[in-house]
Amino acid sequence: MSKDSKTNLIRYLSEEKRFDGRKLDEFRQIEIEYNVSKTAEGSARVKVGETEVIAGIKLEMGKPFPDTPDEGALMVGTELLPLSSPDFEAGPPGIEAIEMARVVDRGLRESKAIDNKKLCVKKGEKVWIISVDICTINNQGNLLDVCGLAAIAALKVAKFPGFDGERVDYKTHTDEPVPLLKIPIPVTVFKLSGKYFVDPTSEEEQEYDSRLTVTTIEDGTICALQKGGDAPITVEDVDNMVSIALRKANEIRKSL
Amino acid sequence: MTTQKSELIAKDKKIAVPGEILATGMDFLPSNGTYRLSDKILASKLGVLNVDGKVLKIIPVSGRYFPRKGDVIIGKVVDLNFNGWRVNINCAYEAMLSVKDATSDFIRRGENLTKFFDINDYMVTQIINVTSQNLVDLTLKGMGLKKLYGGRIIEINTHKVPRIIGKQGSMVSMIKEATGCKITVGQNGFIWISGPPAGEILAVTVIKKIESESHQSGLTDKIKEYLDKNRVVPKQTTPVQESENDFEQEEPQSDAQSDFSDEQE
Repeated sequence: MSKDSKTNLIRYLSEEKRFDGRKLDEFRQIEIEYNVSKTAEGSARVKVGETEVIAGIKLEMGKPFPDTPDEGALMVGTELLPLSSPDFEAGPPGIEAIEMARVVDRGLRESKAIDNKKLCVKKGEKVWIISVDICTINNQGNLLDVCGLAAIAALKVAKFPGFDGERVDYKTHTDEPVPLLKIPIPVTVFKLSGKYFVDPTSEEEQEYDSRLTVTTIEDGTICALQKGGDAPITVEDVDNMVSIALRKANEIRKSL
Repeated sequence: MTTQKSELIAKDKKIAVPGEILATGMDFLPSNGTYRLSDKILASKLGVLNVDGKVLKIIPVSGRYFPRKGDVIIGKVVDLNFNGWRVNINCAYEAMLSVKDATSDFIRRGENLTKFFDINDYMVTQIINVTSQNLVDLTLKGMGLKKLYGGRIIEINTHKVPRIIGKQGSMVSMIKEATGCKITVGQNGFIWISGPPAGEILAVTVIKKIESESHQSGLTDKIKEYLDKNRVVPKQTTPVQESENDFEQEEPQSDAQSDFSDEQE
């Protein structure tokens, strides 16, 4: 992006406008489609404007970690498919993909969204391991928030597969849902020349001073934070960004 | 040569698919999007067939921009060479703008070329030559050809460009008047818009609207109505009225309007 487009974005923001005519704190249209994959235990396709992400949940049986013998495990992986953006390359996950996966993971883990104790089948021996796999289909900006939303949407509809005490039968599905206690929603607030905005398009995403991802649950508890961008942020900035994120998260939660 | 009778097989104004036999015999001539194979003429693109006397031409319905000599386009600098710039022109081939075609200023040996164009700069430029190997040469010497400062670039389907411009530029001047923006439409589907943010946003929405609704009839009136409802610049006291009712029937010929040197400010 050239210097021109940065000054252009600043000019827009100073008039409280966005490149596509939205307000500064306005999200694009959110569309969620559940159970798009037959083979996954739970899946969701989330579209925010033109950004599109698919998340799938697989449940497998495994040994618990020695320090938490009666708790299941959670793994989150994000793949930025080359088809979704000209900037993404094939190969092992890059720094962006790892950041996204970790922030989504942190949101789910630290909010205690999943009742880990209920994932235990036999203490110290057998627990369910939840893998959340997120694939980007189209990147038109704000991938992190969309990935977080897709992950929680997929978890919401995930059902345990059949299990006879020995082997997992992936062909059958029980009616028992994954024990989901809370709905953490990540919202990234961007800051450029003193203005805050959310849900950037890929064009707007190129230029920002700093960003803060705030993951919150229903009662307003903050369960994950991630700061990005070159510019530092003040305590006042954090306050403002958190209150914007909290307000937006409550709006987004309604679309689930 | 056989003296076989020439016959038009495909129908005029109908969709043709690549490989479809359009006509037989030597009386018809292949033009854009068609080619001759022995005594037949076949389609090489998906599009609407246009029969103009003996000339068969296909107006593509979609696809990338294909460079043509004489087109006025918008390009983006992607690389610097020792003797010029490489320019992205929204097509499969990158174009070359050599220093001698870019400026008439005196340039010292070893001069820093970023003084004229840096990477990511946009320009209105014209194609002076396309070789058989699809090497594209550009020039900045001509009416309205210049470097672009500020503003926004949006990308549309290159085949919808004639609809954005309208008959003798009617559509684009209507948008300019209602939004208070400077607009330059490149043949390659890049459009440069510069004005107040509210006007730019309106211009972008209207252009996207035209792009998605270009196949409908009464487009000009619809757009006019939309612009009047949302206009950013108050209406002038003496509006210029033009009759453009037959515009919709014009589609296959609309390519002819594509040379638009009067589009620049």
